[in-house]
Amino acid sequence: MMPPAEAAEAPRVGHDIVASARAERFAILFWRLAIAVVGLALWETASGRLIKPFWISSPSAIWAQLYAWVETGDLWMHMQITLTETVAGFVLGAISGIGFGLALGLNKRLAAVLDPFIIAFYSLPKIALAPLFILWFGVGLASKIVLATFVVFFLVFYNTYAGTLAVEQELVDVLRLMGATRWQIVRKVILPSVLLWIFTGMKISVPYALIGAVVGEMMASNKGLGYLIQAAAGQYDTSGVFAALFVLMIIATGLHEMLKQSERAMLRWKEDST
Amino acid sequence: MTSVPLIEYRDIARRFTTRRGTVTACEHVDLTVNEGEFLAIVGPSGCGKSTLLNMAAGLLQPSAGGVFYRGEKVPEPNTRVGYMTQRDTLLPWRSVEDNVAIALELRGQDRPTRLRTAHEWLHRVGLKGFENAYPAQLSGGMRRRVSMARTLAYEPETILMDEPFGALDAQLRLVMHDELLKLWAATRTTMVFVTHDLTEAITLADRVAVFSARPGRIRAIETVDLPRPRDVFRIRFDPHFGELHDRLWGYLEESVREGVMVG
Repeated sequence: MMPPAEAAEAPRVGHDIVASARAERFAILFWRLAIAVVGLALWETASGRLIKPFWISSPSAIWAQLYAWVETGDLWMHMQITLTETVAGFVLGAISGIGFGLALGLNKRLAAVLDPFIIAFYSLPKIALAPLFILWFGVGLASKIVLATFVVFFLVFYNTYAGTLAVEQELVDVLRLMGATRWQIVRKVILPSVLLWIFTGMKISVPYALIGAVVGEMMASNKGLGYLIQAAAGQYDTSGVFAALFVLMIIATGLHEMLKQSERAMLRWKEDST
Repeated sequence: MTSVPLIEYRDIARRFTTRRGTVTACEHVDLTVNEGEFLAIVGPSGCGKSTLLNMAAGLLQPSAGGVFYRGEKVPEPNTRVGYMTQRDTLLPWRSVEDNVAIALELRGQDRPTRLRTAHEWLHRVGLKGFENAYPAQLSGGMRRRVSMARTLAYEPETILMDEPFGALDAQLRLVMHDELLKLWAATRTTMVFVTHDLTEAITLADRVAVFSARPGRIRAIETVDLPRPRDVFRIRFDPHFGELHDRLWGYLEESVREGVMVG
């Protein structure tokens, strides 16, 4: 912990603030690392001593399994399949969601007509459609992509649509008085202010795209991380299940981080508002 | 000063339907705004002053009567007026210079030309060096200046201002009054300025119209014959200012007292 002598010293402004901010960051990093290490150590110790490895496996066994998959090239192949489905579903769902959301947002009449249908589909748990899509599109990639697309579409669509409704009328009015055309208002006010909502929709839908792909794989397929989990569980191979889950976790975090970076680049005006 | 009627309100009324019934914002309002004059409209909060501006801008239609601009019914929207509202309407995703230049951009001016104009105006309102900042990085007073620059930069024929300095502290308001009057002296654009502050109205305007509490009606219209240019920091202590203030306050006081009872 911190030596008491340092706390007693009179604070020097500027230099000390920078130094203490760095110390703070370092402390946070340290604690995170500590939690991870202690957690893994506890798990490793408990496995075989307190709880049977059959239930919880162990970090070392999971690591060994991952290593074996890397060596055979299985991991890469399954990961690629799941990633392809997730990314394809995400992109298709996001594009159609943004397009449909804007179309309805800019066309109140259409929105009013379609409202009950949208609510009905929105309320439906999308995962329940998986068997139908597998029936229609087979056990290959297509059915998973369609499922992921469907899940992402509704999240992005709903956020985009809500964003168009939340555009401040005063901003629109000011531009109308300046003689802006309808299209200029769309381009200069509506689209930029909806962008924030679109990003929110896309960000929350990333894990759902992955869910769509993985659930599809678990139901019927012979490739992908979902299949890997299902297959390992079928053989009572706990290490295999955990190893596949670990890879999924890495993928989800990576996707989330990528989106966060692109959002930061596009919404710079929000960034430095402090 | 010419006295061609630019904006004319002819016996207008405006009613709003709410869940609790019909609210009359204003009624039997006859008012004329002359070309090139600075007209202030004073009244207690919620007396329908903003409603009048919205009508002149063509954003709101009267429930009865008519609003005319240069003798013709106000178009929806009226693109000959610039409107500076109480709330910030800067586009938060645009830098300061792009905000000021937006009206010129809408007219299809190329970027170098419109930015040159924007920089000139930013310089005039004392914001040199902030061209590339975003609105969120500025203080409330600075954002008001940007709004002012944006409204003036495209030289609309008439400018409507709805309590533009209402959110600023007293000292900063005086500074803004000073700047506004200097800029106005150079352009002599027709101004309609809505406020609940009588001192502000007399300091700035050629004529002051006093509104009653809801339903808003015009109680009195008084010409402010204080010479220009005015020293906004000292004019309050001018004896003639005091007389005007006393007289107008007489009209306003009753409404303010009523307003307190209602509100």
